[in-house]
Order: sequence, then C-alpha cells, then structure tokens
Amino acid sequence: MLTIKNLQAKVGEKQILNGIDLKVNAGEVHAIMGPNGSGKSTLASVLAGREDFEVTSGEVDFLGKNLLELEPEDRAREGIFMAFQYPVEIPGVSTINFMKTALNQIRQYRGQQALDAVSFLQLMKEKMKLVEIDQSLLSRSLNEGFSGGEKKRNEIFQMAMLEPKLSILDETDSGLDIDALRIVANGVNKLRTKNNAVIVVTHYQRLLDYIVPDFVHVLYKGKIVKSGGKELALELEAKGYDWIKNEAAVA
Amino acid sequence: MSKGNQVLEEITSKEYEHGWTVNLEADEAPMGLNEGTVRFISAKKGEPEWLLEWRLKAFRQWEKMVEPKWPNVTYPAIKYQDIIYYSAPKKKAALDSLDQVDPELVKTFEKLGISITEQKRLTGVAVDAVIDSVSVATTFKEKLGELGIIFCSFSEAVKEHPELIKKYLGSVVPMNDNYFAALNSAVFSDGSFCYIPKGVRCPMELSTYFRINAANTGQFERTLIVADEGSYVSYLEGCTAPMRDENQLHAAVVELYAMKDAEIKYSTVQNWYPGDKNGKGGIYNFVTKRGLCFGDHSKISWTQVETGSAITWKYPSCVLKGDYSVGEFYSVAVTNNYQQADTGTKMVHIGKNTRSRIVSKGISAGKSQNSYRGQVHVMKRASNARNHSQCDSLLMGDQCGAHTFPYIDVENNSARIEHEATTSKIGEDQIFYCLQRGIDEEAAVALIVNGYAKEVLNQLPMEFAVEAQKLLALTLEGSVG
Repeated sequence: MLTIKNLQAKVGEKQILNGIDLKVNAGEVHAIMGPNGSGKSTLASVLAGREDFEVTSGEVDFLGKNLLELEPEDRAREGIFMAFQYPVEIPGVSTINFMKTALNQIRQYRGQQALDAVSFLQLMKEKMKLVEIDQSLLSRSLNEGFSGGEKKRNEIFQMAMLEPKLSILDETDSGLDIDALRIVANGVNKLRTKNNAVIVVTHYQRLLDYIVPDFVHVLYKGKIVKSGGKELALELEAKGYDWIKNEAAVA
Repeated sequence: MSKGNQVLEEITSKEYEHGWTVNLEADEAPMGLNEGTVRFISAKKGEPEWLLEWRLKAFRQWEKMVEPKWPNVTYPAIKYQDIIYYSAPKKKAALDSLDQVDPELVKTFEKLGISITEQKRLTGVAVDAVIDSVSVATTFKEKLGELGIIFCSFSEAVKEHPELIKKYLGSVVPMNDNYFAALNSAVFSDGSFCYIPKGVRCPMELSTYFRINAANTGQFERTLIVADEGSYVSYLEGCTAPMRDENQLHAAVVELYAMKDAEIKYSTVQNWYPGDKNGKGGIYNFVTKRGLCFGDHSKISWTQVETGSAITWKYPSCVLKGDYSVGEFYSVAVTNNYQQADTGTKMVHIGKNTRSRIVSKGISAGKSQNSYRGQVHVMKRASNARNHSQCDSLLMGDQCGAHTFPYIDVENNSARIEHEATTSKIGEDQIFYCLQRGIDEEAAVALIVNGYAKEVLNQLPMEFAVEAQKLLALTLEGSVG
C-alpha cells in the first residue's frame, strides 16, 4: 500500500529525515517509536503533505501514485488520514458540518454523489456508536473547549467517518488518561480491516498494549535504526532509548 | 431676529427675487451643487413647496459644515462641485439573453447561486411577462394594501402620504445631523417609504426588490420606515449580487421609527463595487442609519453584511428613548485588497431599563483596513440600562489591519456595560487541518469564515443567510496562501 524509499526532508535549514525506508501493506499496523526529536511527527506530517517541510530526496508510493506530487487535500481524498497530536479548534463550525463538507468533497473527488441529509445522519449515528462518542459533542464547535480526551475521540470519529485506507495516528496517546486511551484504542481496533492499514506514531509503549502492532520501527536521528515485532516495543519500554542510541552510535 | 438669521433671510429672499430657471426638459442637473441644483431636483420630482424648503434648509446647513476627518480611512478629496446630482432614470439597453452579459459577472452569479431569472433582472435582460418583477410586485402590493401597510417609493409617498412624510422625515436623522446626512437631505434622489399600521405584523420580508420603480434610486437614497404601535416589520436592503454604479459617491440616509411595542428588523447585504485588486475605482459609501425606539418596549435590530465598497463609513444606531426598549446591532464587515471600512454602531440609552447588544465581526484580508467604531451612551435618566458588546476581528495574511474604537459614556450608576474584544488570525494550522480531511482551501476558508460570522449570519432571514454565506466566501477567494 505504502512504500517509502530513502525519504529525506528538512524544515528551514534543518535536516530532519535522513533517508527513511518503510513498506506498509494492507491489513498491517506499524508502530513508529523513538525518542523526542527523532523525526516521528515530521514523518507523519510529510506523508500528510504539510508545507512547512521540504522533501529533499526520496520517493513515496501510495497505491501506485506518487504521493509527494499530490496536494494535501488530494492525499486525503486518496485515502490518507492523519489523527492530529494537537487537533485545532474551528469556532462556529460543528464537527457534523465539518464532516459533511469533508465527506462530500471526498465523494466528489471519487466521482460519487453527495450524501443526502438522511444517509449522512445514518452513517454518522453508526460511526458514533462505534467510537463511543456523544452527538452533543459533535454539534458543538469543532474541538472548541473539548478536553484532551474528547479531542482525540473526535479524531477517531472523523477517521471512522472518512474510512481511510491508511491512518496515521500522531501521538494520539499524548494527554490521555487510561480510560480515554482505552476508548480511543478500541475505536481504532474496530476500524481495522484487512483492507486498511495504520501507522501509530508514539513515544510510549502503553498505547501499543491496546493497539497491537505487527511491526515496530525505531526512529533515531531521522532514520529507522531498528525494526522488529511487537516485542521490540516491550524491549524499548524495559531498556529505554539509550540502548538504541548506543547501538546506533556503534553502527 | 438675530443677525445670523437676518442675513440668512436676506440671502434666501434675494435668491427668490432672482428666481431660478429650471430646465425641466433636461435629463440631468448641471454639474455641481448650489441652490439651483436643489431646486432643479425638487422641481423635477414635482415636490411640494414645504419639501423644497426642507431641502434648501439642509443645503444651507451643509454649506457651513465640514467633511468629517475622524474616520480611520483615507481617500482623495471628493470634488463636490464635479458631481452631477440628478440624472433622470435611464433605461438600460435591454439585452436579449445572458450571453450578452459579461461572462465574469455571470460566473459570479452562478457561484452565489442566483437564479437565472434574477440574473436576468439584475443585468437588464428582458424577462417574460409572467415572472416579471413588476407583476410580482403588484400582487405583493395588493396583499400589503389589505393590511393597511404602505410600501412605496419615497417620491410616491411624498405625493400620496404627505402628512406622514412631513411628520417623520428628519425625525430620527435631523437634516444637519452630519455632513453626509445634510448632503443627502438636500439632494436625495429617491428611496423607500414604509408604514406599518397599529398592531399589524407584516407577513413577509419587505424588500426593495418587490418595490416598483426600485431601479435607479441613485446615489442619494433615502429610506423611512415607521412602525406604529405593536406592529412588526422585517426589511431587507440590498442584495448579494455585485452592484456596479457609475456614481462613486453614495450618501444614503435610513430612518427607522418604532412606536410603543413595535419591532423593526432591518437587514442589509451591501456588495457595491469595491474597486479592483490594485485599489482603483470603487464606491465611497457614506451612510447614516439610525433607528428611534420612541415607544416603551419597542425594539430595533440592525443586521448588516458589508462586503463591498472601496470606503465604508457607516454606523447604524439605535436611540433607546422608550422605557424597556431594545437595540441590537449585528455586523459582519469584510475588507479585502485595498478596501477600507470604518463601521460600527451607536447605542444611546435614554429610557429606563433599556437594553442593547452589539455583535461586530470584522474580517480583514489583503491590504485592507477594517475598523470597528462603536459608542454606548447611557444618559442620566436611563437607570438599569444594559449593554453587551462583542467585537471580534479576524485577520487573513499579514498586510491588513484591524482596529477597534469603543467609546463608552455612562451617566447613570445603575448601568451595566460589558465589552469583549478578540483578535484572531486564520491559522495555517486550521487550513491544514481542513486540507487533511479532503477539504480544499477555498472551501476551508469559507468554512472558517462562516463559522466565525455565524452569530451574525444567524440573524439574517434564511434565504438571505445562505446567499450571504456564499458571498463571504467569494469575497475572500484567493486571499489565503
């Protein structure tokens, strides 16, 4: 589904990604871990098409398309979804209205008709149940005055609505207590199918107790320095990142 | 008689002595403004003597006044003597089909979702008789007539209802209220008059669209709405379609008069030509709008969406004279490119237990300057007056300006005044968030701006609100990124 080859990127004059190679197949969950400043969130942003980052080298293929050539909105329409670490507030725009706009623009891109109000509401009700979110929250201005947990749950609700092929969860666990974490993880798990894939970007292992990855990659200084199965995450939790740093230094 | 008055008297009588030759055959007044111009206009319209006198008095006042320099706008000096103050309504050459209309204009219409019929009407394409607005208007007028509602052009009202005009003209905005009001009083071309009798609730939104002879009211429009005891009216002014006009200077006056228990809701969408991207051309819009809550428990509510004009100078105000009267002002003012707007409101609390509410949403983009100027004045007698003001500014890009000038004068200790102000920027983060959900930039800006202005747009009548939303998005097209 996604093939990243030698991806390098910088922000301003600062080189952050130094040649990332990664292959993600449908049905897989990949965890990207690493110490602060290793480039995890940058990788997520570059894939989503954030303009602040300049790709200096490398290729990214997404379902046969050159992802780096697509505008951010077209990447979303092709099926890439990012759950933000810090979801923004948009006053006066309800999540419902926001989702309606998004869904219909995506449908238009795909040559489908806009959903009528009834079908939209039906879809929404179904997804609300799935991610355990209350309609009253969705009628309020997007993320305005939401708690940390509500914001993240709202992100997962949006993911459910848009049914992406590849979801990138950027530090979705940050700022969540254990109950909220469980609800969010449950939502993600319910949305997993053999046709979609998830990249979980996280600093801590604890989210991976709930969203169990097939692969774990450790990012350090803008490179994947180690890959393994879910046990790698546990090893990192036990030993900390210094072990990886030392290993990388030796190599 | 004081010396000043004596001189005035001499001058006026002298002028009478000479007399003014008015060429009624001419379609236009000669360029420039003097007593002759005023007489020409009055004679052209076949006005009674008292109205001519009123105009002349206004003109003499205007001559002694100076143009206000306090607004936060700059523009080249207006050459008042280079303006033609009256030209007979010209019939636009009728076009056969929309194909003959400027394609850019048609594109804009389509984006605004304006119906083909309406597009034709606005561009002067001949419309077939069945849906002709005149026939619609006639039916409309009959219906209103049954309820005793008077809704007609100002000139018609002068002829048909002189007693009402005589009584209420200038009762809310005195002829010498300000420079532009005085100018309007002297040379006003035409406008609308509306009277709602006692206890009548006007069953439909009154819009100039339905008024016969609404076209070509000219640059000095005058509107007077009188709501008698216990009546209600909602009035719509303007339209979202772009309006071009040969006249650069516009100075309108709107007077609202609400008696006991009456309510007037006045909504405006202003979309005059703002000038091009480089700030060339565009309308100067100097408007005086004021409502008088004369009776107890009366209410006047102004809602405006201002997107057009190169210069906007406008402060729809409420004078809350009656006890328990309520004044409201809801405004969205958008400026883009080189537009300048200095707009806001005045709430004058005179009666007891009067309440006012101000919600102002400014949006500045491009190199524009957007100022909110608002005054809340609580007079001595106005015990328990309440005001809540909220002034928000939204900036797009880093070359525009937003300014807030609140004035609060309180002469009564029991008053409670609240003022909130915020300034925000459309963030790249907000835009990116939308993009990441598959929403393109144009739609993202529309979404964010409409969300921001929602509180005001909600005040507009339903159909108007939908059009206004589209208009906001259209005005700001391409102003991000």
